[in-house]
Amino acid sequence: MTRKQKRLSILAGFAVVLALATTLVLVALRDQIVFFYSPSDIAERGVAAGEPIRLGGLVKTGSWTRVGETNDFVVTDGQTEMSARYVGILPDLFREGQGVVAEGSVTPTGSFLASNVLAKHDENYMPRELVEELKRRGEWEPEDVALGASR
Amino acid sequence: MSIELGHFALVLAFAIASVSAVVGLGFWKSGERIAGFLQQASILQFVLIGAAFAVLVQAFVLSDFSLALAVNHSHSDKPLLYRITGVWGNHEGSMLLWVLILVLFGAAVAAFGRQLPRDLLSLVLGMQSLLTAAFAGFTVFTSNPFERMNPAPLQGMDLNPVLQDIGLAIHPPLLYIGYVGFSVCFSFAIAALISGRIDAAWARWVRPWTLLSWVFLTLGISMGSYWAYYELGWGGWWFWDPVENASFMPWLAGTALLHSALVMEKRNAMKVWTVFLAIITFSLSLLGTFLVRSGILTSVHTFASDPTRGLVILTMLAILIGGAFSLFAFRASSLRQGGLFAPISREGSLILNNLFLATATGAILVGTLYPLVLDALTGRSISVGAPFFDLTFAAIMVPLLIVLPFGPFLAWKRGDLVAVTQRLAGAAGLALFVAILIFALSGASISLAPLGLLLGFWVGFGAIAELIDRARIGRLPFRESMRRLFGLPRTAWATAIAHLGVGVTVIGVVSVTAWETERVLTMNVGDVTEIAGYSIAFDGIQDVPGPNFVSEEGTFSVTAPDGGTRTAHPERRIYTASGQPTTEAAILTYGFSQVYMQLGEDGSGESHVVRLWYKPYVTLIWIGTLIMAAGGLLSLSYRRLRVGAPAKAARPGERTVPAE
Repeated sequence: MTRKQKRLSILAGFAVVLALATTLVLVALRDQIVFFYSPSDIAERGVAAGEPIRLGGLVKTGSWTRVGETNDFVVTDGQTEMSARYVGILPDLFREGQGVVAEGSVTPTGSFLASNVLAKHDENYMPRELVEELKRRGEWEPEDVALGASR
Repeated sequence: MSIELGHFALVLAFAIASVSAVVGLGFWKSGERIAGFLQQASILQFVLIGAAFAVLVQAFVLSDFSLALAVNHSHSDKPLLYRITGVWGNHEGSMLLWVLILVLFGAAVAAFGRQLPRDLLSLVLGMQSLLTAAFAGFTVFTSNPFERMNPAPLQGMDLNPVLQDIGLAIHPPLLYIGYVGFSVCFSFAIAALISGRIDAAWARWVRPWTLLSWVFLTLGISMGSYWAYYELGWGGWWFWDPVENASFMPWLAGTALLHSALVMEKRNAMKVWTVFLAIITFSLSLLGTFLVRSGILTSVHTFASDPTRGLVILTMLAILIGGAFSLFAFRASSLRQGGLFAPISREGSLILNNLFLATATGAILVGTLYPLVLDALTGRSISVGAPFFDLTFAAIMVPLLIVLPFGPFLAWKRGDLVAVTQRLAGAAGLALFVAILIFALSGASISLAPLGLLLGFWVGFGAIAELIDRARIGRLPFRESMRRLFGLPRTAWATAIAHLGVGVTVIGVVSVTAWETERVLTMNVGDVTEIAGYSIAFDGIQDVPGPNFVSEEGTFSVTAPDGGTRTAHPERRIYTASGQPTTEAAILTYGFSQVYMQLGEDGSGESHVVRLWYKPYVTLIWIGTLIMAAGGLLSLSYRRLRVGAPAKAARPGERTVPAE
């Protein structure tokens, strides 16, 4: 092969791999991303049962009950409430009245089944999505978080 | 008093770094005197920052609560180790550690760089000083660790309990050495662009720094993964969380750099690409350190974030990274290309390696930043989680792993693929045999797992096959081939060992992903349960006081299938200073596999929720990374590649290329 042909063959190989990778990333981005919803979002827009989503809000005070390894609690954004269930051990920082983000899906009966409840190393953690959502709905009280930190 | 001295040392280091940056980048052509000044200034910066850091450590050890940082992140009841590690368990202190490592590398270049041409040395040290000035300045002006608190409280607020672990002593320093080490490669790249001179000798000077940083980054990521695995109590070892991605991207780019620098050193080709990789690797390291801190992305692992400084950080990153790439755009064409080779050759395989690693880096970057972009464009919050990364990363890695064993077998310039395939046939056959054997023994269920194992064994055996082939074991008398085996250059051993590590990690990842079992159940004291053949009895629970926490400690007897019984103590702790609860998992290691137990909150009466995992061959994941790092260290110890080793052959093209 001449020098030019060698270069062309290498470049063609590059182009093929990059094209494949780009396609792959785009397809994955379309199918594998998870949207963040507040309970009100779900009430307003509706979410297909079984579609993986993230649900964020505050754990309603007095709503957390536990039978064996099954935890039931209510996620609220101040306007709409949604009952959620998680089977397993909740993170250490899961508390009533504090923010929570749960991964899972809406069941046909309209409640939320969490496959994973996210917590953070930091106890005054508020997911950014949640903070913005609460701000948007006028429920954001930064003092709560500050109090939580110095508790 | 000493705190003010530390503060003063930090400010002085900032001032010296600023002067050095101007002198180095402005007068790099001026020869010996400028280079000598910069060498002394670099060592002085290290001494000053070292003193500042020592002062901070002293204040934490002595629990000096007139220091605001100690008040916020320490407590006099904390064990000594955690009082020391608490220094970098927060934003300000970790910044100072970052700068300390930066100046350590600057001083190391100054000390070991006597062989470097004066102009190159001046440019590199000038660039290092510029980085030091930028980040020491950032520390002084926005994140000053030496701020006093008046009146001083009697007691501190304690360090986040999750961080009170040996992991904080190991993981951040290793990771930072890895991140910051790439700054040297970055400075060398900038120096090459400014001076317009780049050759095989340049690659040889950069190589040890790349290797060193890569080894530390590998260890840092690996230790971080193990720490998260046992501390978070989720049983997972990798979450594709933004912080993890941020550390993984420079690793992938650094791995690519390691390989492309090889081509440049041996064949004087791929110059522009290597310079580009050096810039991008450190840019990703900066992104790794700061993007998460800026508060733009949230992560489970962030513990030192402060969104208020986000804008400053982003501006600094934009100037540094943007400046570097602008320079690259203007000057890259002045770097002459060289070295002809066929697509099927060692060079070709290393290009392929770079192509896949760079693509993987790109895919992870897209996945990590996509939520930001979508949020900015449409206002919708999304998360790109494990499914995205598993799919794209695996799809890109599989072809890389398939071709990996071919690389070291191929000759430079022009390789013979058919001959190499024949020489690898043994490794392929053995890998296939083992994979089928495991497939049959594990119940022959149809899944991707045996294929994944096949890939892991293929990479591992392929690496060993290279050594066997080169030593001609089986084709020469045994003693003769042993002599050849141990006479092989260390780089050949290093390559084989590092690639073997990749195979071992792949095997660990595949087996734990495919054959892990998990159970969540409620247990009363006296109950016995079973997971993967291990019988687990709940013997009791008691309160145990710790130094700065109270622990509720469960006692479990775990009986292995072969009969041995061991005791496990998963805990739930309440830290007295902060009132924060943490869960401490109990992990029992059997061979390469682990039984992982997590204790939940108590229910009614004596019952507790217990989460159990059986993780087959999970430790291979980290053992593999240790093997990779060992390979890197071995290569680093190779005399010919040492920084101080005589570096002749500055003229490209005339150097004889060893036929290895």
